[in-house]
Amino acid sequence: MVQARAIAAYSSSGRQAPSAISMAEFLQRVAERGDIEAFRKLFQIYAPRVKSYMMRQGADANTAEELAQETLLTVWRKAGLYSGEKGSATTWIYTIARNLRIDRLRREMTWVQLPDGHNEEASTDQAPDEAVSEAERKVRVQSALAELPADQHEVVALSYIEGLSHSEIAGRLGLPLGTVKSRMRLAYLKIREAVEDLK
Amino acid sequence: MKITHHPGLESLMSCSAGSMPEAFAAVMAAHIATCPQCQKDLAVMEDIGVALLDQLSPTALSEPAPVMAFRRLEAEAAGPDTHAGSTIGDVPEVLVPVVGSYLDDIKWKKLANGITHYQIPLSKTAQGDLRLIKIAPGTALPEHGHGGSELTLILRGAYSDKTGTYRTGDVADLTDNIEHQPVADAHDGCICLVATDSKLRFKTLMARMMQPLTGM
Repeated sequence: MVQARAIAAYSSSGRQAPSAISMAEFLQRVAERGDIEAFRKLFQIYAPRVKSYMMRQGADANTAEELAQETLLTVWRKAGLYSGEKGSATTWIYTIARNLRIDRLRREMTWVQLPDGHNEEASTDQAPDEAVSEAERKVRVQSALAELPADQHEVVALSYIEGLSHSEIAGRLGLPLGTVKSRMRLAYLKIREAVEDLK
Repeated sequence: MKITHHPGLESLMSCSAGSMPEAFAAVMAAHIATCPQCQKDLAVMEDIGVALLDQLSPTALSEPAPVMAFRRLEAEAAGPDTHAGSTIGDVPEVLVPVVGSYLDDIKWKKLANGITHYQIPLSKTAQGDLRLIKIAPGTALPEHGHGGSELTLILRGAYSDKTGTYRTGDVADLTDNIEHQPVADAHDGCICLVATDSKLRFKTLMARMMQPLTGM
């Protein structure tokens, strides 16, 4: 029932900000039953965002579209590895897109793995409302990000969305490397504080 | 393994953003795999990536979801794609494809008395330098500074300098002009994985370190 409602909420377009709860349900259905309808919803919501992400990372529109298709294709093929107990559905999609970008746009090796093997300890105390705390964490991260001072938000966005290294950010903004690093650190500490009691 | 030295939070962040230079990302990945504390931070940092991804305004795709292709893939799938996840040797799992499973099977090349190394190939476009360095028990490196960034993960044994003792699993995240004189553990020596931001920088560093030794 809950799943049916979640599907209905996304039946029109991918404009709305995605809800963590529905995403987890969609991915779970893809993982458990190869549910094509649930997959189509994930695709509608995430493929256009991943395409934007790839374009911001320097891909042309065609390459960005290919990489968005491939990201979601990987979500489909590796859905069996996903476990709702081990991480959020959106994190799973994000890390697939991130690693694909390193592999294709930078043509480098992707050393940092997808989070399938992590958080094994955290899963022991998981409750049925796991997805709810997941959603809560997401909301808090978003508002903590929104409340960051502009100079901290800027370095975080350049790192995550434009894919710049610390020294590239320093060059772009004309700042000493140490300043970039301390802004990154300060931004993270605020975000971590915002979600600390949820872990 | 009790880890006491961790990479800087900003280094971990760069990793979760996928924007860390390749050589450094390799050292980070090898550390993260064995460090619950950094895994926990990495999870929060990935939430930042998700939040920023969610905030991007969508760009319409010209092609719809290729559902039929997925059906075919499903039919062709030989079985679930599962993570191997087993470590048989003493080389961090992420490095096994490029180094092999055992540190003792590596074809070490001599740099100076008591110091051998093994360079790990990176992709063509990567600017950094990644290598394993093995220091014999009790060997002291000459005092040296760091002009750029350097990230070191201890894989076996330990070394000490004025900032402390770095043991297996620890990371030394050296980003400023720290002058130090590392001394390898008297019994076990030290094997470490070292990333620097350019090949040239590594050579300069080694030349400077070797000078007193080769000049003898």
